[in-house]
Amino acid sequence: MKMNEELKNTLLGPLSKNNPISVQVLGICSALAVTVEMKPALVMGVSVMIIVALSNVVISLIRNTIPNSVRIIVQLVVVAALVTVVSEFLKAFAFDVSVQLSVYIGLIITNCILMGRLEAFAMANKPWASFLDGLGNGLGYAIILVVTAFFRELFGSGSLLGYRIVPQSWYEAGYVDNGLMMLPSMALILLACIIWVHRAVDKELQEK
Amino acid sequence: MATKKFRCKVCGYIYEGEQAPEKCPVCNAPASEFELVGEDKPEKKTFNKNSNTYILVYTAVIVVIVSLLLSFTSAMLKARQDDNVKLDTKKQILSSLPTLDLTQGDVATLYANTIVAYELLDVEGNVVSKLDPVDDFDVKAAEGQLPLYVANVDGATKYIIPLNGAGLWGAIWGYIALNDDKNTVYGVYFSHASETPGLGSNIATPKFQKQFEGKQIMNNGVFVSIAIVKEGQKVVGQDQVDGISGSTITSKGVESMLKNSIGAYSAFLDNPQQPTNEGGNEL
Repeated sequence: MKMNEELKNTLLGPLSKNNPISVQVLGICSALAVTVEMKPALVMGVSVMIIVALSNVVISLIRNTIPNSVRIIVQLVVVAALVTVVSEFLKAFAFDVSVQLSVYIGLIITNCILMGRLEAFAMANKPWASFLDGLGNGLGYAIILVVTAFFRELFGSGSLLGYRIVPQSWYEAGYVDNGLMMLPSMALILLACIIWVHRAVDKELQEK
Repeated sequence: MATKKFRCKVCGYIYEGEQAPEKCPVCNAPASEFELVGEDKPEKKTFNKNSNTYILVYTAVIVVIVSLLLSFTSAMLKARQDDNVKLDTKKQILSSLPTLDLTQGDVATLYANTIVAYELLDVEGNVVSKLDPVDDFDVKAAEGQLPLYVANVDGATKYIIPLNGAGLWGAIWGYIALNDDKNTVYGVYFSHASETPGLGSNIATPKFQKQFEGKQIMNNGVFVSIAIVKEGQKVVGQDQVDGISGSTITSKGVESMLKNSIGAYSAFLDNPQQPTNEGGNEL
């Protein structure tokens, strides 16, 4: 039972108490870049989830053979290889999706959540636990991305997932989309607000 | 007495002492997140994992495995990817014809039925070579030659000119379809490599592209292109469309792309080879 409890924590912890973005403040760069609209944010979230989980498993499988002094490079090679394979497959079987993702897929390699999880978790845990940890962290990342993108797209473009939400009559009455929402600086402010709310709700996170 | 080692399960921090710390000094995780690290594992390794030889061999093996994996994947999927790219190019060419419905049916068939000729022109506007529009559509034009697609839409001839330019972050490209008067824009298609999502990337939206339909690229028989300006501004002697607010550089990039790419065809545009009934306002 205790084992299950631990695994559950591994999976669900990163959703809130250990969220990679709002608590560990990792992966901020990509969180600013892909959250202008909901769609890229969703796809990026899912891709990161898959790749963190897979690379966690691979690294966890070979963790006992990796020489300490080159571990970061080995991790990087594994991540880069996985990302390349995934993007090759997308190009072959889901061309439209890969066109939409364009640079984002490549950006996953530089996402520090990946390195963070590999270094902190996969290097010291069994494959199954590492898989769950990767899944959880990817999910935690995706949630923050989607929430940020929700506000940015709604107030910045007046639409959600590309569908118009703010009716045309509002624009005719003088409503103007907030251009600041489109800029990365606003994403940073929004992220800060999310962290603020998160900490206000979850008192455990507050520093004394 | 040797101290025990406790590892933080959250961040991997190693604490040495008799008891797990109350709080992780790195990530503030509570003591319950710490686990005892078995340090008294018998050393049964027969070789030193940190020796130079091991590291060299290990990295070499990893690199070979990974490169084999990558080249294998790439070789396996190459044919499919190339087909996709070709199909996508065909789709982009057809996208400049707004009356076609690309969501229905097979793009390749639609392309074969619509595009009737692919010609290479010289700078004088003369046809240098005629290529098969279906099989050779992606043949690159040689230096000094200009590619031109001729489409037949419901019996009317349309000329499709490829466009290439630079946006804010990277390449932008597209296709512009002209009516047979070689003046009126029938439709345009723009795409981009990496313009800002939500701003510059809007050049790829139908809302932006629709504006070009029916605009004229000539003024009194001289090629002037189409201006892209801020909403509300007026340009004299030239047709204009609204730019995208917040992405002036991308809008300007589209404007100069139109001017440069179509400008190269000015001899062809000035010189209707086939006299047409409608005849634009060229001389």
